[in-house]
Amino acid sequence: MFRILNKEVLAPSVIRLEIEVPDIERKAKAGQFVILRIDESGERIPLTISGFNEERGSISLVFQEVGKTTRQLASLSSEDCIADIVGPLGRPSEIENFGTVACVAGGVGAAVILPVAQALKKAGNKIITILGARNKELLILEDELCSISDEFFVTTDDGSKGHCGVCTDVLNELIAGGQGINRVVAIGPAIMMKFVCKTTEPHKIKTVVSLNSIMVDGTGMCGSCRVTVGGETKFCCVDGPEFDGHLVDFDELMNRQKIYLEEENLALKSYETRDVKRTECRCKAQKEEGER
Amino acid sequence: MKSEGNGRILGRVPAGEQLPQERILNFNEVVLGYAVEQAVAEANRCLQCKKSPCMQGCPVGVDIPSFIKLMKEGDFRGAAGKIKEKNSLPAICGRVCPQENQCEKFCTLDRKGKPIAIGRLERFAADFERNSGKISLPKKKKSVGKRIAVIGSGPAGLTCAGDLAKLGYEVTIFEALHKPGGVLAYGIPEFRLPKAVVEAEIDGLKKLGVEIKTNVVVGTSVTIDELFCEGYSAVFIGTGAGLPRFLEIPGENLNGIYSANEFLTRVNLMKSYLFPKYDTPIKKGKNVVVVGGGNVAMDSARTALRLGAKNVYLLYRRTEEEMPARAEEVQHAKEEGIKFRFLATPQKFCGVDGWVSGVECVETKLGEPDESGRRRPIIKKGSEFSLTADVVIVAIGTGANPLLLRATPGLELNRKGYVLANQNGQTSKRGVFAGGDIITGSATVILAMGAGRKAALEIDRYLSIL
Ligand SMILES: Cc1cc2nc3c(=O)[nH]c(=O)nc-3n(C[C@H](O)[C@H](O)[C@H](O)COP(=O)(O)OP(=O)(O)OC[C@H]3O[C@@H](n4cnc5c(N)ncnc54)[C@H](O)[C@@H]3O)c2cc1C
Ligand SMILES: Cc1cc2nc3c(=O)[nH]c(=O)nc-3n(C[C@H](O)[C@H](O)[C@H](O)COP(=O)(O)OP(=O)(O)OC[C@H]3O[C@@H](n4cnc5c(N)ncnc54)[C@H](O)[C@@H]3O)c2cc1C
Ligand code: SF4
Ligand code: FES
Repeated sequence: MFRILNKEVLAPSVIRLEIEVPDIERKAKAGQFVILRIDESGERIPLTISGFNEERGSISLVFQEVGKTTRQLASLSSEDCIADIVGPLGRPSEIENFGTVACVAGGVGAAVILPVAQALKKAGNKIITILGARNKELLILEDELCSISDEFFVTTDDGSKGHCGVCTDVLNELIAGGQGINRVVAIGPAIMMKFVCKTTEPHKIKTVVSLNSIMVDGTGMCGSCRVTVGGETKFCCVDGPEFDGHLVDFDELMNRQKIYLEEENLALKSYETRDVKRTECRCKAQKEEGER
Repeated sequence: MKSEGNGRILGRVPAGEQLPQERILNFNEVVLGYAVEQAVAEANRCLQCKKSPCMQGCPVGVDIPSFIKLMKEGDFRGAAGKIKEKNSLPAICGRVCPQENQCEKFCTLDRKGKPIAIGRLERFAADFERNSGKISLPKKKKSVGKRIAVIGSGPAGLTCAGDLAKLGYEVTIFEALHKPGGVLAYGIPEFRLPKAVVEAEIDGLKKLGVEIKTNVVVGTSVTIDELFCEGYSAVFIGTGAGLPRFLEIPGENLNGIYSANEFLTRVNLMKSYLFPKYDTPIKKGKNVVVVGGGNVAMDSARTALRLGAKNVYLLYRRTEEEMPARAEEVQHAKEEGIKFRFLATPQKFCGVDGWVSGVECVETKLGEPDESGRRRPIIKKGSEFSLTADVVIVAIGTGANPLLLRATPGLELNRKGYVLANQNGQTSKRGVFAGGDIITGSATVILAMGAGRKAALEIDRYLSIL
């Protein structure tokens, strides 16, 4: 059982949870993820480690409510517990002084890119951040990202803040303006990463992406997470999640992300019609008993 | 020889089974096991041969005639105790060991085609003891004050941990998944090995004082060198052969194509057959093609059937004779209506809108024996055929997962990527031992147990001369 220390709503249906897992906190590096299972009947879902707190022995996870499991996770509050968390999983981000790195984040990808950008900054890179979202309300972690960026751009699809349009617009301008970008890190929805790669490929700018394939174990045991990179099958959980974006078959990834669409809708519907409003956390009850 | 009046040898007492047409609609155990009278009747067929040929066939040397003798006398708990002197997981082995290639193959009565049903008797004794609720805890030596880390909670790790605990060591098992048991938990289906049986065996270990830490991936959560720093005196690696192999033919990443590991893990470990009560989904195919011929392939095919498939084809590139699956599983699969296509292999997967729609196959014939001694399949030109499929399960074997091994400097591997160890489980790295599928490649539950046991003795020897 792992305790939630803090819960924060960052944007409509985007939540940050701080969870006490000292063993994972001690080992985790930027770019790695955990797999969690809320309770006995729960599924295992991967979430990237978005922050670390050494003093409290905790990590933070930022997630968007997109289906049954993330909806249920959002219903928990601080002092509740999660049955299982395993990690850190995946290879850490490659952190070196590359020169100038453009960090392009879409939606909740901002949370995934934050520790990577922080580590890159620490390694001496000049950081240009482009943060994109559908609208102003959905922008997250603006201050955190801005504070470590040498240059900072915001784009929204509807123009409610920053540049009106998509993040590749700004990236294109920067490249055209001869910014001398040595590396791009792009994290967000698969479609966005695909277009960032299309933008950088003609300019031969190395572009690293973090793939979110469907996973079960996260240890290389099932092959559910397989992706095609450079014509070869790779397991995202152990060979990734970061890959050279110019080699990734994004269409295959997007196709495979849809495998359980039907079942996911069913799961969400049956969750929402369940009369139990939220999972009762056993350890809370135990604690109260203890206090009595 | 004991015989009926007319000189015929009595046949094996059959065990009750769910009828095929009923059992394909549920995930309950297929073989119901013996009732008391049946167990005694079967035990009574045993000739108590002086030379105990059956024991030669048992990889861990269970004293078969002695336990059967106790069963004849109706002392089932005594029989269970006798088995447990050598085999700490009898309820599991009684269900899943390939007895026809082991003890029963060497039984004197096998020559008459009616070997003693040793596996059934073993299972009965173990189930009897468990159901009686009075499980005798093996004796434990007094604490030697040393801690051992066991990595992986499959049969190798469980056995090694149990034996070391009995010798007085403080043992901690580290398991990557959220549930212990290894293949017993995530691979072998409920209808063949009820999870409650596995859990009971694991509870027994916990009572012996073995600590089980789940959700720890050794290699990333913690490394072997760090375990030594934390004060563990020796480490046992029992991580199995969990890396799924794929066919590497066109179309293999289409939606609907699973590795057997993924398919079985979703169903067994994550209980997706109870979706949406359990959250993990699974694709339920109407026309399912399974590729492979081992226990894993049989389990996948029969699981797909129970999820509601209309047609399940099993493609195997050799003949029935070469199939490595247990005879009983093949028999059960046939009764349940699995359609076997021997001497055939897939060449390409076809898809519509990103989903698998069919498998292009070709027939094979057998050529010269290969290094495994089995005749190598050769493709027959011009014999192409195709099968309709909306779900495909690839069950062509597994390899060593490199995750832990890569993170362990000083640990030598063999050509195929498995851990190199001598016959007692000693590896090239000081204080590190290994056993089970991670040194042999995919084998059997009983061989993994045997390796765990040998390694436990070796660890004890290593630490006492240290
Ligand atoms: C390495 C990795 C890191 C991730 N990090 C984050 C993160 O930091 N924040 C965040 O919001 N999301 C992250 N995701 C995605 C997140 O795992 C999914 O949003 C989540 O599993 C959805 O579960 P659900 O039941 O709520 O939704 P569902 O209704 O089940 O699914 C919605 C969508 O999520 C994806 N999905 C479903 N199940 C899984 C699964 N078991 N594994 C992976 N994807 C799945 C599918 O593409 C699906 O279409 C990450 C994914 C990966 C692979
Ligand atoms: C579907 C299926 C059916 C089978 N049917 C039969 C049968 O009927 N009869 C028979 O005799 N044999 C059968 N087998 C084979 C048998 O199950 C295996 O040979 C046996 O389980 C091997 O035991 P093991 O302890 O070596 O490894 P496993 O049982 O594979 O256990 C290894 C454990 O280690 C864990 N692990 C791996 N890496 C790490 C790490 N880095 N850190 C922590 N933990 C880790 C894994 O999660 C796993 O739980 C079957 C196998 C399968 C897959
Ligand atoms: S060989 Fe067969 S008949 Fe003889 S003792 Fe063993 S089980 Fe009994
Ligand atoms: S999630 Fe199972 S192999 Fe990657």
